Parts: sequence; structure tokens; C-alpha cells
Amino acid sequence: MLRFIAKRLLFAIPTLLGVLTLVFFLVRIVPGDPALVVLGDQASPEALANLRERLGLNKPLLVQYVDYLGAIAHGDLGRSLTTNRPVMTDMLAVLPNTIELTLASLLIGLVGGVPLGVLAAVRRGGIADWLARIVSLIGLSFPAFVSGVLLLVLFAIQFRWFPVISAPRSGDILERLRALALPAINLGVIMIAYVTRVTRSGMLNALSQDYVRTARAKGVPARLVVWRHALRNVLIPIVTIIGLNLGVLIGNSVLTEIVFSRPGLGKIIVNALNTRDYATLQAMMVVFAFAIVITNVLTDLVYGLVDPRVKTP
Amino acid sequence: MSTVAAPALSVKNLTTEIRSRDQWHQAVRDVSFDIVQRETVALVGESGCGKSLTALSIMALLPPGVGRIVGGRVSADGQLISGIADAEMEKIRGSRIGMVFQEPMTSLNPVLTVGFQIAEPLLYHRDLSRRAALARAVELMDLVRIPSAAQRINDYPHQFSGGMRQRVMIAMALACAPKVLIADEPTTALDVTIQAQVLALLAELQRSAGLAVLLITHNLGVVASVADRVLVMYGGDVVESAAMPDLFQRPTHPYTTALLAAMPRSDRSSETIAPIPGQVPALAEMPVGCRFQSRCPLREVRCVERPPLRPIDAAGTHHVRCWVTGGAP
Ligand SMILES: Nc1ncnc2c1ncn2[C@@H]1O[C@H](COP(=O)(O)OP(=O)(O)OP(=O)(O)O)[C@@H](O)[C@H]1O
Ligand SMILES: [Mg+2]
Repeated sequence: MLRFIAKRLLFAIPTLLGVLTLVFFLVRIVPGDPALVVLGDQASPEALANLRERLGLNKPLLVQYVDYLGAIAHGDLGRSLTTNRPVMTDMLAVLPNTIELTLASLLIGLVGGVPLGVLAAVRRGGIADWLARIVSLIGLSFPAFVSGVLLLVLFAIQFRWFPVISAPRSGDILERLRALALPAINLGVIMIAYVTRVTRSGMLNALSQDYVRTARAKGVPARLVVWRHALRNVLIPIVTIIGLNLGVLIGNSVLTEIVFSRPGLGKIIVNALNTRDYATLQAMMVVFAFAIVITNVLTDLVYGLVDPRVKTP
Repeated sequence: MSTVAAPALSVKNLTTEIRSRDQWHQAVRDVSFDIVQRETVALVGESGCGKSLTALSIMALLPPGVGRIVGGRVSADGQLISGIADAEMEKIRGSRIGMVFQEPMTSLNPVLTVGFQIAEPLLYHRDLSRRAALARAVELMDLVRIPSAAQRINDYPHQFSGGMRQRVMIAMALACAPKVLIADEPTTALDVTIQAQVLALLAELQRSAGLAVLLITHNLGVVASVADRVLVMYGGDVVESAAMPDLFQRPTHPYTTALLAAMPRSDRSSETIAPIPGQVPALAEMPVGCRFQSRCPLREVRCVERPPLRPIDAAGTHHVRCWVTGGAP
């Protein structure tokens, strides 16, 4: 298992390097002088030169590139142009909020989507099947920020069940959960939609397989045929769909954080956009590149858990 | 109380229908046979003759919405097991009747360990603890000669070869010591040498456990070596049934004759093998009356009526369903 993890991490390095390189050149390809973009066209030539110096823009491109990779390797994401604080510090301060939100919506997606998908497949055309169809429709047709605003208006402003600003400041666990609820539901419904769909179709396929007939032929109770023999096999496509959609989930987390004024990576990005904080934006792109690569490795690790054919030849 | 023990498995007038394009067609027609302890009855016929459907009907495992039993009775040890509630049937399957399927590659669950899959029937039918059931699974793996069973108990099916997987299937089917074993083409998917090993294993287990075996095959060579009695099926009908050497000595139904002529044999050159012309018609295209008439060289006008299954010997052990060849003894 350890060797499997090490191998996966090793394979992730080229991907990561590629993404980092892409980010580096993307930022530099954008037409116009970054210093001018940041300071505006009223800025004095000295100020512009100063900023270029600070950003290292007057060095040769290759030197900039090496400096950039070297800094990242040391965990240095540079400093914000507006606050002059290390981006890493600001990012780490709110990262737990974003992780909390992402995990909560993942949990909602699994707890809601798996049973719904299974029941929909076992009783095709029944109530669960009907409900599954509605949930998928809702989850897949509303953009995250639209559904977010709807939830906010309905449950926070109209009914006042949840706070409008979902900033989990107090250490009180209940308050924290209340603040988490709406954003997590907003993202969770999308995850439920994906998970329900893949579970339903996976179960329909699994239930027609020979091994299910074998299980029935040895007298396995119908309930366990479904929940043990068939569902165990469907975990594989479920992990796949979650892995594929983690990028979407992270992106939607950002949108959701903005709608619910929740401190997190999304908020940092919006602030950076508003103040044209070009250094922070570049740093955040790097953070997301890392996040995607890490979640991909995690997905592969979970594969090893649900599919014995992955780790044993 | 009768003094004669009831057959281990008794099938009376079993009739099963299959739905295709919203029409129900008879795919197993009026099939009857008994199997007593220590006896092997073989069910032979070309692909699509209804052999598997007969087995699935006995086990009440027809695909819902596609297959249905419309008539007949099945009993095990004198107890009626057809038409009973699902929950009751779950207690029979794997416990009183074990079943081995044709496809060892797909019939095992790829994400559960082999040991657990063998142990599983013991959990439900014998109320064993997981630990005790797994210990028994090791013994069963030894019994079917899977090498180093104790080490392989936590392996997954993909780590086994086809022949070994079929041994796993057999161990699983026999875990609860059922009196009846239904083996649906247990060796068809295997290499010839492995086939012989698995058949020898089955024969040995049958002798030691006194099993009643329903062996489904389209290989007449297999029939010759292990069966006590043979049922030849065509288009869902039993067209001939006979005790073992009798069928080969006196094949009577034109389909049986054709099957034997098509069988590769060591005492015959391959030029003399005569494949049966034509194919088994689809269920919807079956002729009325004798279902073999569309391929039969001896066809007569009266074949549009369905012939009865009649005895052709004085002892009444050899039956044939044919107007032309199946006359009274
Ligand atoms: N699930 C199904 N759906 C539709 N038709 C079916 C189904 N199962 C069986 N049939 C049809 O019923 C008939 C008998 O099939 P069966 O599987 O019993 O044949 P078989 O004698 O076991 O053949 P084989 O040697 O190929 O296993 C065939 O015409 C087949 O097409
Ligand atoms: Mg078959």
C-alpha cells in the first residue's frame, strides 16, 4: 500500500510541474504591463519601476521561472500586492473553511445519493426512482450561484433559520454547523445529483451480472444481494464520478463561498480580482493546481480500497 | 408414509415461458424427471434448447419480467419448492440445492474475497460465526483441491485461473452439504485437461457425499463418462430420455441420432462427423407440433401435431417424443 502511494505521488510530479509552468506563462502572456495593470495609468514611472523590481519582472524570463519554481518548492507563494502579507499565511488561515465545506458537501452527496440511487435501481419506476429523477434534474440544471442565492433568500432571509453571512467565527460547534448548513446543502445537492445518477445506472448494471445470480443461487437474502454484492461493485463507478467532479466541486465551492460571504479561498480570489492583486491570483492558481493533483491522488488511493484489482495484479 | 424415499429432486410437468417482443413463448415444455441420491442425470442439447432455463426454473431464479413458470411442480426430498415465497426459497437455495454455473470468470463477485464467498452460505443457512465459516471455507477449498487454501482465503477471484475459480464455485455450492447439485455446463469454459480434472472432482464429491446431480452439458462425451440417465432436450421439449448405455446403443429420436453423428469421437475420423443442418429456431419461430420438424430428415405430415413422450421398451425406462421413430415397444 505504501509503495502504491509513493508511486502515485511520484507520477503526480510531472503533472504538477506542467500545471505550474502553464500558470507561469499564462500570467506572463496576458498582454500589457502587469505593473501598469496593478497601479493604473496614473502611476509615476518610479512607482512602476519599483513594482517591476519587486515582482522580479525585469529579470530574464528563465531566471523568473527558476525563481518561481524555487519559491514554490520552499512553500513560498509570494506576497500580496495590497497587504504585503505572505499569501501562504492568508491562504492557510481560511483553507480549513473551504476544506470543511467541500467535505461536508461530499458527505451530503454520498449519504443522500447512494441510498437514493440504490432504491431507484431496485424499484424501477417506484417513488425512489421518481425522486431520483427530480433531484438529478435540480442538482444538474441550477448553476451553483443561482441555487445559492435562492437558498439564501428563502432560508436565511425569509425564514431566518440560518445566518445570512456564513462566517464561522465562534468556536461553538452548533453555530459552526448552522453557518455551514446552507452552503453545504447548496453544493451537496449537486453532488447528490451526480452520485444518484451513477449509483442508479451502476446498480442496474450490477444487478444483471452473473455474480448476482450466483449470490442468489447460494441463498443470500435479497437485501444483502443488493447492498453487499451489487453495491460493493458500484462503489468503483461512484469513486470515479466523484473523482472526476472534484474539480467542479472545488470550483463551485469558490462560487458558493462568495454567495454566502463565507471566508475561504473564494473570498481571497474575489478580493484579489477587485484590487488587481496579480501576485495573489498567481499564487491561488498554484494552490488550485495542487488541490486538484492531491485530490486525484486521493481518488486513486480510494480506488485501491474499493477495487481489489487495482493493487493486486 | 411411503416406504420408498422421495427422490432428492423431482420435477413434474415443468413449463416455463420467456418473453420476447412482448409475447410470451414456451421455452421449457412439460419437463419431468426425478433424481435420486447418488444419481447423475444429464440434460443435453444444443445451445438454446432450454437447459439453463430448466435449471433456473428449478431454483426460482428466472429473470423477473422476462421468464415465468406457468405450470408444473418441483420438489426436493418430497417437499414442494415451486411457487413458494421468496423468503422460503432463499432457505432452500444453497442449503438443499447447490448450483454451479457455466462462466467461472463472471460468476464470482470480483470485489469480495474468495474465502468470504465460499463461507457466505454458512452464515445464512448454518448460523455460523464469520470466523467459523471462514475456517470451514478453508476445509472446503482443500476438499476441492485448491493448493495452499489457507493462504489463498483472502485472495480475490481475479487472482485465480478459470479452473481454480470453478473449483471455488463448487466449494461454494457444496458449503452447506446440499443433497442436490445442479451443474450448468460446469466445464464448458475450461481447457480440455482442466475439464477432465473438474469432472473427476465432481464425480468424486458426488460419490463421497451421495449427491444427486443434474448435469447440464452439450458435450455427449461428458455424458458418456458420468451420467446414469440422460434427457435430450430440443426446443424446450424432452425428446428422448434413457438410461445411460441405452441411449448410445439405441438412439431413437432423429435429434438424438443427429447429435451423436455430430459428436467427435476417437474411434471415428473427423470426415464422418455430420453437423446437424440448420439452427435451433428462435422461440418466436418455433414450428407448431414437433419442434424439430424444421430440421428433421424423417418429417411426415403428422408431425404438425405435437407427439407425446412414449416408452419404447418393455421396462418403460426409454422414452421418445416422435411419431415416426417412437412407436410402442
Ligand atoms: N434472459 C433471456 N431473455 C430472452 N430470452 C432468453 C433468456 N434466457 C433464455 N432465453 C431464450 O430461451 C431459450 C432457451 O435458453 P437457455 O438459456 O435455456 O438455453 P441453453 O440450452 O441453456 O443453451 P446454452 O447451451 O447456450 O446455455 C433460448 O431460445 C434463449 O434465447
Ligand atoms: Mg445454458
